[in-house]
Amino acid sequence: MNGAHDMGGMHGFGPVSVEPDEPWFHGEWEKKVFGLTLACGGLGQWTIDQGRYARENQPPGRYLQSTYYELWLHGLETLLVEKGLVTADELDTGKASGPSNLSALPADRVFKALQQGSPYTRAIDTPARFAVGDRVRVINAHPKGHTRMPRYVRGHVGTVVMHHGAHVFADASAAGDHSIAHHLYNVAFTAEELWGPDGQGGAVHLDLWDPYLEPA
Amino acid sequence: MAEHDHSHDHAHDHDHPRLSELQLRVKSLESLLVEKGLVDPAALDVFIDTYETKVGPRNGAGVVAKAWVDPDFKRWLLRDAGAAIKSFGFEGRQGEHMVALENTDRVHHMVVCTLCSCYPWPVLGLPPVWYKSAPYRARAISDPRGVLADFGTTLADGVEIKVWDSTAELRYLVIPQRPAGTEHLSEEGLAGIVTRNAMIGVETLSYPPKPGVETVA
Repeated sequence: MNGAHDMGGMHGFGPVSVEPDEPWFHGEWEKKVFGLTLACGGLGQWTIDQGRYARENQPPGRYLQSTYYELWLHGLETLLVEKGLVTADELDTGKASGPSNLSALPADRVFKALQQGSPYTRAIDTPARFAVGDRVRVINAHPKGHTRMPRYVRGHVGTVVMHHGAHVFADASAAGDHSIAHHLYNVAFTAEELWGPDGQGGAVHLDLWDPYLEPA
Repeated sequence: MAEHDHSHDHAHDHDHPRLSELQLRVKSLESLLVEKGLVDPAALDVFIDTYETKVGPRNGAGVVAKAWVDPDFKRWLLRDAGAAIKSFGFEGRQGEHMVALENTDRVHHMVVCTLCSCYPWPVLGLPPVWYKSAPYRARAISDPRGVLADFGTTLADGVEIKVWDSTAELRYLVIPQRPAGTEHLSEEGLAGIVTRNAMIGVETLSYPPKPGVETVA
């Protein structure tokens, strides 16, 4: 979606401000939002891309005014209701109308779950369309759902510099289908290609799936 | 730093009504999820404790220091970062597919996630607020020299900047240049002069560290 989250190249946000001696969390509620999000993610009811889509799928003004963990909280609440893990009424009242039929991830399995992570590489039969050194153009498309093809790179030509093998395709995974994988490439774009005369030299590298690309 | 910028980064004390509303909303959600049996309160504590006390940029600094003193390890790291990093026991969530990028006299690498906040958790821990903020996400790709200047970082003319936008599940770790004057330091001592920001690529390192620079030691 062409949402406020896709902010690469935007102007007007001002300088980067760095907080000295920044704590890992600002307040107890941020810790809880982080922990609850990971704990509920461990129930296996949604993919990481569904999580990202639930955070970014908001009116742009609200997205930009929300703090980071407010976005996480919004995403978590959205998914819990969408997947039927809690009802909207339960969310409003904070009172359970009955127990869930799912079981919580127990504390003694957390470390292992984090250490295993969730690898995104898949074996697929389709041969790779591109090789390192190939020139490719990012397609001009504006999908309304989740995509990892930022606006600033669409229509631009770059060079394939790495082939990462086939990875779970974010766009499909955000729609709930974790079974689709496509070849994933790292593509380098010159700053001049992306920003014209305002480019500062150098290059920007993005990881882009096969369906985002066409031969150039 | 401008106060109005800052308030976007996290709910602040001067923002009492919004903050207390959020605190109540989160408390209510937590008790609901525990009551329904969807969250084990002890597991919740383990998740938080892991990223508050166990995983952080010290991990990445150890990897960098080893790459500085051991050429074989550096070759391995640059060829197969996942395996080389796993040899330290650092692996898993948000670090499933790692790539290491070596800064040199000619090339400076810098990492961003313009679309959200992707970051190599097993080696750096959770990202700082600025990494997740709009100014960084918007400008790192289009105005990298301006962003580096925000960090007080100036590169020599002719150094090429490569910015890596983490758009998939690959996670990037920058291997900063080893500063001059560190020949006498042990691997452990070297790890102590590495900064998180240098491993994201927004700082270069010097020895002794510049005043105000937050090393992992």
